[in-house]
Amino acid sequence: MQLRTEPYVLNMGPVHPSTHGVFRMRVTLDGEAVLNLEPVFGYLHRGVEKLAEERAYSGVIPLTDRLDYVASMTNNLAYVLAVEKLAEIKVPERAEYLRVIMSELQRISAHLVSIGSFTNDSGCYFTPFLYMYREREKIVDLFDMVCGQRLLYNYMRIGGVSQDIPDEFLPALRKVVKHLPGRINEYDRLLSENEIFLARTKGVGILPKETAINIGASGPVLRSTGIEWDIRKKDPYSIYDRFDFDIPTGEAGDCYDRYYVRLQEMRQSIRIVEQALKQIPSGPVKADVPQLIRPPVGEAYGHVEGPTGEVGFHVVSDGGIAPYRCHIRAPSLMNLTGLYDMSVGWKVQDLIVIFGSFAITMGEIDR
Amino acid sequence: MTTSLSTWEVSKQISEHVPGAISETTDAAIVVNGESLLNVAAFLKNTAGLDFDYLTTITAVDYYQYFEVVYLFVSMEHNHSLVLKARCHTRDNPTLPSLVSLWRSADHQEREIYDLMGITFEGHPNMKRIVLWPEFQGHPQRKDYL
Repeated sequence: MQLRTEPYVLNMGPVHPSTHGVFRMRVTLDGEAVLNLEPVFGYLHRGVEKLAEERAYSGVIPLTDRLDYVASMTNNLAYVLAVEKLAEIKVPERAEYLRVIMSELQRISAHLVSIGSFTNDSGCYFTPFLYMYREREKIVDLFDMVCGQRLLYNYMRIGGVSQDIPDEFLPALRKVVKHLPGRINEYDRLLSENEIFLARTKGVGILPKETAINIGASGPVLRSTGIEWDIRKKDPYSIYDRFDFDIPTGEAGDCYDRYYVRLQEMRQSIRIVEQALKQIPSGPVKADVPQLIRPPVGEAYGHVEGPTGEVGFHVVSDGGIAPYRCHIRAPSLMNLTGLYDMSVGWKVQDLIVIFGSFAITMGEIDR
Repeated sequence: MTTSLSTWEVSKQISEHVPGAISETTDAAIVVNGESLLNVAAFLKNTAGLDFDYLTTITAVDYYQYFEVVYLFVSMEHNHSLVLKARCHTRDNPTLPSLVSLWRSADHQEREIYDLMGITFEGHPNMKRIVLWPEFQGHPQRKDYL
């Protein structure tokens, strides 16, 4: 017997454990199948772009921490790169190396969080999550050592970094770098061939290559479709052209590939940190930059490859002490455009997995 | 390294294809008329050798006399980039054509500009506020707001 069903609207969120913050999906369902999906957000809007117009250039850095709060270091870096481009400031060698080390550690720690919460969404409750947090804790301890903060680092400065690393940092970092690859292999063995994990993620939420480019996707979401596009290689900033590393890509563009690209990226980040550890010179960590800088009239766009994708800052100067306009290119906002394409036709339970595979942070979407 | 295309050469190509579209060319950017924006954008996307398949970011700047919307295009195939600008000279209800039909990455960004800067994008399928609530009055990113 054929049952007649009627489409109905379901609000998932804004307060829902799977939405990683305050995010609402207005889903039209036919039984369990998703017919339509509309993302609704703005619950965390703080007006960061407007606030930036009232602060001196250096005062904007703490605001950038609060965008993608699991990846503060890379946000800091994107902003200071834009201002340095605008004011033509040269950064000392040692500061460049510290920036690269911190960015890559940040990438590992953010990927650990995203893989951990992704496994939570796909049904392996909290065991992998806590393993990931165990490793992340060691990296957070390192950040704590250099800047006294565990989440919102505010470490990068225009012209360098806020302070040099303490003596105990490099030995501690060497220990972490030695220890991490074994752990990552362990997680690889635990998850990558797990029957249940594969059933939940393989072939689910496919994003076609052309759509990925058209929606402006970046980061693991873009690379999982097979496109080798990484700002670190394609438009090297800082000193990334000196390091040897690969860009892991997927093939199918499904949830599994997004997870697997992240896992492999952690290995590449460790490679970069190892090379940086060998090459790091001594010397000053901050260029001689006045507290209140007045960049010449003009505009500049600085971008980095953050853990979720291309983080960019478009800074406009009118010659004053505060940015005239500071626009943030948030990778999650663009990636989110593809949520509709990935979800329609799948069931509600898959929707949770698909959304989890984005590793979204509401802080940067809502600003 | 992503190379910035020479704005002078591209603007010559554009003015051959879409006459009268360019209103200003500088070393950093090409400024086009609002009416020709969609044609110019389609030309940038579909011309062999330019192939701008990726719209990285859209932002709007309020200069009091006019609003300037800045588009940053990247071609993944050739790894080059271009900055395109369009201006609106009116403060009440400024409008520009929407680029969503060419790049869907414009979807959320144009809505955000509409919400915070008050520029309406004609042809956008879902032109409504994105981060602020529907009843909100005014556009807070404008320089004369507070």
